[in-house]
Amino acid sequence: MLTCKEASLLVSQSIDRRLSWRERWGVRAHLFICAACRRFKRHMEFLHRAAREYAAEGLRTVHRYGLSAAARDRVRQALAREL
Amino acid sequence: MLFAPPDEPNLSAMASSTASNRWLDEHGDALFRYAYSRLRDEHAAEDLVQETLLAAWRARHQFAGNSSERTWLVGILKHKLADHWRRRARESKTFEPPPDGDDAGQDDLLTRIFDAAANDHWRSTPSAWRDPDAALEQQQFWRVFADCLARLPPAQAQAFSLWEIDGVTGSDACKVLEIAPTNLWVMLHRARLRLRQCLESRWFEPTSKG
Repeated sequence: MLTCKEASLLVSQSIDRRLSWRERWGVRAHLFICAACRRFKRHMEFLHRAAREYAAEGLRTVHRYGLSAAARDRVRQALAREL
Repeated sequence: MLFAPPDEPNLSAMASSTASNRWLDEHGDALFRYAYSRLRDEHAAEDLVQETLLAAWRARHQFAGNSSERTWLVGILKHKLADHWRRRARESKTFEPPPDGDDAGQDDLLTRIFDAAANDHWRSTPSAWRDPDAALEQQQFWRVFADCLARLPPAQAQAFSLWEIDGVTGSDACKVLEIAPTNLWVMLHRARLRLRQCLESRWFEPTSKG
């Protein structure tokens, strides 16, 4: 039987790569008896969704505006100083 | 003619100056949005745009023209972002040295989380998160998320960011990070363990049960 430490690593990796038949079987057996790792798995799935949403959400939020006029001036001056 | 054209250096400087100003006009907003989407911090994002354009200006002769200007500038911005995270991590007290190979720092994290004396059970069991999907709708959650990301050891933050947020392919991520794929999975796992803990303590359980 896998330990929580081993099972959590495989749960995490199942997001990144296809687990082998043996690994999948091991994780499934562990999750069947371990509520903590079942919760961990839900957290990992949430984290995965959140990460994808993160960039999209950030772009939506700032879509209406870009650099402020003040920031633009500051950058322009910094560039001018560099010449 | 016995005298050199007096204004030539200035003229070329002016021409270049318009080039960097044109970058600002054409790409400034896009660079700002990109930086802001990663940092959730307006001032830091503005500073990075400035750093990026200055760096681009200094490296202008390296622009090969085989990619678009935008791609080139975003590439520089990504480096600046990585620097920014490194700085933040160094300033933060929770910073731990990034794993390279199998240093002790790596085992530290896992030893803190799993109890070797109890068959590697969770020392502190992951709690049930109430309505996580609602969190995705809240501005405040994204600030916490960005902050948790910023507290990761830089290499892990970069791995997570490339793979999970930018959706860069595994082999490209490995190239950027200069690591082997198995190492990437391990770094991602560590990043996730930390992010999970951070979100749990900072968002899902903001007050400890008395």
